[in-house]
Amino acid sequence: MEIEFPFYLLCVVDSLELYQGPLEVEGIFSKWLHEESESNYGAYIPFVGTIRAEDEIEALSFDIYEPVLEKWFNDWVERASKRGAKVKMAHAIGDVPIHTSSYISAVFSPKRRIALELIDEFVEDFKANAPIWKYDVKGGKRIYAADRSTPMDGFGLLSK
Amino acid sequence: MIKVEFLGPMAQEVIELEAQTLADVATQLQNIESVAPWLEKCAVAVNDEMTANLGMSLKDGDRVSILPPVCGG
Repeated sequence: MEIEFPFYLLCVVDSLELYQGPLEVEGIFSKWLHEESESNYGAYIPFVGTIRAEDEIEALSFDIYEPVLEKWFNDWVERASKRGAKVKMAHAIGDVPIHTSSYISAVFSPKRRIALELIDEFVEDFKANAPIWKYDVKGGKRIYAADRSTPMDGFGLLSK
Repeated sequence: MIKVEFLGPMAQEVIELEAQTLADVATQLQNIESVAPWLEKCAVAVNDEMTANLGMSLKDGDRVSILPPVCGG
């Protein structure tokens, strides 16, 4: 079965997908389902992040540093593989309007327990250590979301 | 010479420095007014590998990236 994918895909590195603008959730879901349809996984757990309307924002906007993101993601591919599982991730670059999606991740595994554990660990570590910067878009201006951001592991090294 | 780049919201041009170790980079960045306040919250990569080793040796052409606090998703 051919799946049409009209959205511009910027980058794919072993199941890491970066798109310009909001994610097309249903298309990505079905693409991943299709990719693993013969892999004999018993569990598929996706997590979808959607931009909420709050604080009068029009959109959120994202910068990504791809070389470090790829290394972070590849570490997770390896960690998942040791547990017989597979991780996938898609993220938006640039502006993402409210009520659309900026982030999807998923775990496939033979049985549910590992997938449930991994999706928790994978999403939490993503929030802490994926090199992605978020901005509120208000009145057409990008404002760095400093108060919602987390210093990455090893922070403060150069202040010593 | 090594290059230092400032990622994400840090509105700062790439700079070039003479430095033998990351500690030398730290000393010089602490003297730049627009950069110094960020340093206590920033992580560091050398040639795209994250590091927590302040004594790390640097060689000519190395690229140091300064990564401010993140918030993906």
